[in-house]
Amino acid sequence: MTMREYMLGNVAIARGLLEGSVQVIAGYPGTPSSEIIDTLASREDQDYHIEWSVNEKVAMEVAVGAAWAGVRSVVTMKHVGLNVAADPFMTLAYAGTKGGLIAIVADDPSCHSSQNEQDTRRYARFALVPCFDPSTPQEAKDMIPYAFEFSEKFEIPVIFRPTTRISHGKSDIELGEVPSDKPVPHFEKLLDRWVMLPKNARPRHTHLLSIQQPIEDALAESPWNSLELKPDARLGVIGAGIASVYAKEALQELGLEASFLKIGTYPVPKKLILELLSTVDTVIIFEELEPVVEEQVRMIAQESGLEVSIIGKTGGFVPREGELDINAFLEALKKAFDLEVEPETGGVSLELAPRPPALCAGCSHRATFYSMKKVFGKDAIYPSDIGCYTLGIQSGTVETTLCMGSSISIASGLYHAGEKRPICCSIGDSTFFHTGMNSLLNAVFNKANITVTILDNRITAMTGHQPNPGVGFTVTGEPTVEVSLAELCRAMGAEFVTVVDPYRLEETQEAFKAAKDFEGTAVVIAKQPCVISGKRAGIRRVPYIVDPEKCEGCKQCVKFGCPAIEFDEDNKCAVITAICSGCGVCAQICKFEAIKEVKR
Amino acid sequence: MNEGTGEKKLDLLITGVGGQGAILASDIIGKAAVVSGLPIRAAETHGMAQRGGSVVNHIRLGSDLGSMIPKKGADIMLALEPMEAVRYLDFLKDGGVIIVNIQPIVPVTVTSGLAKYPDVQEILDVLSEKYVVKAFNADELAYEAGSRLAMNVAMVGAVSGYLPIPKDALLESVKALVPQKTIEINVRAFEMGRRKVEES
Ligand code: SF4
Ligand code: SF4
Repeated sequence: MTMREYMLGNVAIARGLLEGSVQVIAGYPGTPSSEIIDTLASREDQDYHIEWSVNEKVAMEVAVGAAWAGVRSVVTMKHVGLNVAADPFMTLAYAGTKGGLIAIVADDPSCHSSQNEQDTRRYARFALVPCFDPSTPQEAKDMIPYAFEFSEKFEIPVIFRPTTRISHGKSDIELGEVPSDKPVPHFEKLLDRWVMLPKNARPRHTHLLSIQQPIEDALAESPWNSLELKPDARLGVIGAGIASVYAKEALQELGLEASFLKIGTYPVPKKLILELLSTVDTVIIFEELEPVVEEQVRMIAQESGLEVSIIGKTGGFVPREGELDINAFLEALKKAFDLEVEPETGGVSLELAPRPPALCAGCSHRATFYSMKKVFGKDAIYPSDIGCYTLGIQSGTVETTLCMGSSISIASGLYHAGEKRPICCSIGDSTFFHTGMNSLLNAVFNKANITVTILDNRITAMTGHQPNPGVGFTVTGEPTVEVSLAELCRAMGAEFVTVVDPYRLEETQEAFKAAKDFEGTAVVIAKQPCVISGKRAGIRRVPYIVDPEKCEGCKQCVKFGCPAIEFDEDNKCAVITAICSGCGVCAQICKFEAIKEVKR
Repeated sequence: MNEGTGEKKLDLLITGVGGQGAILASDIIGKAAVVSGLPIRAAETHGMAQRGGSVVNHIRLGSDLGSMIPKKGADIMLALEPMEAVRYLDFLKDGGVIIVNIQPIVPVTVTSGLAKYPDVQEILDVLSEKYVVKAFNADELAYEAGSRLAMNVAMVGAVSGYLPIPKDALLESVKALVPQKTIEINVRAFEMGRRKVEES
């Protein structure tokens, strides 16, 4: 009997890893990839090593070590994480692996929660590494054991690239067997493979090139690519990954006769593309983000002298940015064939208030930013980083966000450029451990006169509360060393390091003043657990309430921006709602002492 | 109503605000669909939008293709918050059904004076021009059932009559997915939500 379960795509991918006998799992949290490790970490019978590493490069190297010991390993990250891990990854393509190694790199078309939309398939081509591009959560699960075998057969790492709608899509999933026997790790000392001296690297490059054709041929035969030729169809459709599903549905809806090629692997199956091209007049290519398949199709058409008209991103028929959907496919068809475009009968004309995500009620980051702004003022420059605190943009203290760990180095650059205004940057605890540490070391060493604020909320909050080296437990909840941020900063040479409780505004502002006056790199660590993880850990605080008798309606507390504080325009009075988490900061802000703890 | 009529395809959109329990609502429906042998695809909002942002879940019952409902493709919208009902109207079929909780959640952009929250009655009037609207205060209903936190389950109850899934399967998955201690409250909220729509 087959088993069906309703699952999140990432949970299905985790299941695929079990069905594929994974033995080492490492990664760094990043939406939309994080639930893969979270799922495997919460399982009871674990016969694998699992960890959150401090960054993607480190995670990749852990997975490589395991694969070189002959076992199956996986590293998970989001697309931008591969930039961090690109250094080991590019050379790994040369060295290859023994045990299967899958780099799961989740792309985020439309930047649902990312700083850019880069397409991981480009990395696959860059590194000459095969890439799997699932079209549904079911296929994602089924592809994983296949990808492990494939990796082992060619002794090469493979990329697995789900997109947001795969990772965070849900569906009924048919489960397979979880095998119980796993290989015994044994590191074979193949120095010409594992030591990438120039003498060894050169022949490995040749080797890597030599296996490209066999890889392509093997993938073309795989179940992930399929060609359905309709004998009379003049139109061909090529859909890649999840976009193939949208294209398919749109064709069904229109009742259009078209030959259909679904692509799920790279290098692309040239044989199948050629077969399609030689039977149709027009082909339309539908793929998310970069025109990776399209470029190949154009090359193949040109090489083989086929006069096929090719519709895709190049001519602007399919958008090159953002997420695709069924409508984008229909639009492309309409544009290409001059079909009647149905006028958009727009919804309704109501002015809606934007609802951007915001820091939680009682989030300590808001309090830290408040004090920071009070002390450093409007004139100062505020580089920041990637995490929940980026949402603090409403506080006016987030003025740059480039990539993980960059805030401190950007602050240094601003200072060394000769900026005379005060510079106060902010970075989260996890981000600091990720790549902020290097930047602090550099700032201290090169004498940047800046203030570095480490927003230590004791967790990696944005991606779903994963542990980091500062919290004292591992991904499975096992106790481990709790690395002290303060001692770490001092060890890196910082001479001004102070730890404050951001809920105490006065104390925090005193610390910021001292940091501002300090000549050199000053570090202020604002330490207070994230309210969500705090609540889960049993921290209970008494909520606050506004005394309408005392409230003067000055709106100082409202401006603070806590979502628990609303303003009653009729009574000209602030109101605190049920989502108050009792941090007490608004009570310190109110000049009229109108905000008090609820009496028990 | 589709129950038992053989029509098993239905596209449902759930809209709301991060933290209202839209994901649990969609999980209840999803799990029940699998138990009753119906293929299901769903897509949900994670990450950034969880911090009080606008969220939308797509649920496609009886579909074996993608999880995203095309524009003007949804048969029904379940809106956990009135303004969020309007934000995703593009996805609803002309003449589609909207079941909407009229309890507003005021965003920070409004409390801080940057934007205005539209009048709820006006929202309902505008919606009624083109769609079939079933509106009630699901927060209060859930409160009556025992806890405001059961609002999402009351809303699942409200839409349950339209789903091609037996009521028992839905109730079983409510029981399986809500915290043990709150099963009774949630079952009550479900029944009250269901009745609310049946009566209207
Ligand atoms: S999840 Fe935690 S860190 Fe993030 S905004 Fe909420 S309280 Fe702050
Ligand atoms: S005490 Fe004030 S600032 Fe803190 S969560 Fe409650 S309302 Fe918000």
